[in-house]
Amino acid sequence: MRSRIAAVLLPILVPFMAIVAALLVGAVFLIALNTDPLKVYEKLISGALNSTYSLSQTIGKATPLLLVAIGICIAFRANVLNIGAEGQVIVGGLATTAFALAFESLPSGLLITLSLIAGALAGAVWGGIAGVLKARFGVNEILSTIMMNQIAIQLLILLLTGPMRDSSASATSANIIQTAQIPKQAWLPLLIPRTFFHAGAIVAVILAFVGFFFLWRTVAGYRIRAIGANPDASRYAGIQVPGTVVQAMLLSGALAGLAGGIEVLGVTHRTIQDFSTGYGFSGIVVALFGGLHPVAAIPASLLFGGLLVSGSKLQSVGINQAMVTVLQGLIVLFVVGSTEITRRYRIRRAAEQGRMPTLESEIGQPTLAEEAG
Amino acid sequence: MADTTTTIVQIAAQGVAAATPYLFAGIGEAVGQRAGIYNLGVDGIMLMGAFSAFYSVYSGASPLVGLIIGVLVGALMGLAMAFISVALKAEQGISGIGLYMFGLGLSTLLFNALVETPRPVSQSFTSAPIPGLSQLPLVGKVLFDHHLLVYLAFLMVPLTWFVLNKTPLGLNIRAAGQNPQAADSLGVNVAAVRYLAVIFGGAMAGAAGVSLSIAQTNIFQENMTNGIGFIAVALVYFGRWSPIGIMFGTLLFSVVTTLQLWLQAFGVQISSSLVTMLPNIVTIIALIIAVYLYKTQTPAALGRPFRREES
Repeated sequence: MRSRIAAVLLPILVPFMAIVAALLVGAVFLIALNTDPLKVYEKLISGALNSTYSLSQTIGKATPLLLVAIGICIAFRANVLNIGAEGQVIVGGLATTAFALAFESLPSGLLITLSLIAGALAGAVWGGIAGVLKARFGVNEILSTIMMNQIAIQLLILLLTGPMRDSSASATSANIIQTAQIPKQAWLPLLIPRTFFHAGAIVAVILAFVGFFFLWRTVAGYRIRAIGANPDASRYAGIQVPGTVVQAMLLSGALAGLAGGIEVLGVTHRTIQDFSTGYGFSGIVVALFGGLHPVAAIPASLLFGGLLVSGSKLQSVGINQAMVTVLQGLIVLFVVGSTEITRRYRIRRAAEQGRMPTLESEIGQPTLAEEAG
Repeated sequence: MADTTTTIVQIAAQGVAAATPYLFAGIGEAVGQRAGIYNLGVDGIMLMGAFSAFYSVYSGASPLVGLIIGVLVGALMGLAMAFISVALKAEQGISGIGLYMFGLGLSTLLFNALVETPRPVSQSFTSAPIPGLSQLPLVGKVLFDHHLLVYLAFLMVPLTWFVLNKTPLGLNIRAAGQNPQAADSLGVNVAAVRYLAVIFGGAMAGAAGVSLSIAQTNIFQENMTNGIGFIAVALVYFGRWSPIGIMFGTLLFSVVTTLQLWLQAFGVQISSSLVTMLPNIVTIIALIIAVYLYKTQTPAALGRPFRREES
């Protein structure tokens, strides 16, 4: 009985211990900077929650984060380490904007749907390139996706200063680098007027459940988890490992592209220069924090969405918002660093019960790339 | 004509100098990978090295002290990576990304808290032409008229090559990455060797950062590496895990990074976005080539934590 409770608690306990540890290490740096860590951490909480507006900002940030994180759950489950969500979000946003601007005469519902599909497709292509490079040539996907991020950022600047540039007088005179505004009928409806709480949040939550269903209740999802847990055994079982790798990257990229599209239709209503401010990396933190489970990513996305919102308000206590990146990095290190401990625990538990560790119990999380290169 | 020659010599010299951070970071990474650990946090370590060296000089220390501090900070971050990947046996790719985010965040945080606005330091590593050699026609200017860190980076090439290939320590490093079980049964302390290799890699990444902030320039900027660290990791694959291979890779890369200058010299204008994009595209191509040509030369145990009980 005791061990059963522990089994339920463990996946919840690990991320929270990671947060506590990250906050403690963060506090050391803050104290060294002559800043009261309690004041900073108080601001981190209140900044995200202190008003309806802040709350809606949190939900607004959590929406793209959640979509990115669902995609990362899928890729990481296949042991494909997609670090390229940043670039996939950018091309997704660009494609959605371009489509909405080009077909502005379409009726609202159709325009929104097709624009978002355009964004998801662009993201899928961007992610798919890295998938094909890995499956076909064996190119390390972490490195290729990081390169694709940089390429996407330059592509964004190229398009925003060139073919997709906002030619309106106000933007030209102020030298603002952005696209023109998309037509009103392409905007996602707001669930609460004059906030950031738009319909995209609902789409993201639904997709989190779809992602869960896909991974654990479909054959394609099983294949993805199988190649992540044990590529050799999967190969013997007849699973096409390269094809499944590409599939995982396509899906992961599509979700990140969709995140970019929803951000455009729901919040920015155009593509701007700082379009994706770290959604890619934050999405990784959200996915890892949620134990690579799409549904668990829902609360995780709210937590880290809130952190991004309150982080931007830290300047009032004299601390740069980079503090959030520091904490995120530490949380990643602590979560990944604790996998060996949980792994040992799971094996011991399986041994106590006199059974072989199964895909679910022992490798509930994929072994995560014990093969690099 | 003489004018064109001067321009070409100048750009070539810039290319050699531009190779410095890639060389430091790449060689350090190669040693770690030879021992079986791949550290993707290089870019974050470089940023911390760059900042700590900059801040030391900013507070009145000499550039040499700045270098030492930058290298020490790098080694410390290498130690953190080693602890996570060797002792905790964590997945190395994601740990590296975590370390990168930590370094990126912390260097930005510290810079904003301690320096606030970008400002140059008055002291930095300045050009130190090698007497005699720098007087050689053409080659002298290109190769022997640089700041100290350029020479140091190129000196690390034969030095690391020698240690890796001709010393017992090098043998242990390669064994730890190739077949840790066998190495362990022969009495090699795999964990200690891996620690050492990753700490060395961190120190080298720190030096790479130092070369950016107080040698090539005399400023620190948020995210000033802009991904150099990741390209350096890719160059390790392209350079076949050999210091000499990496050196040729970085020099090839220098041509790409100074491409804009070359094109301008020949009167061609190109969008700066395309120029910035190019190294990344070339990196992907280099990775494809590397996998095609050298797949079999990857250290066999690269990325695999060593668990004694399972051998």
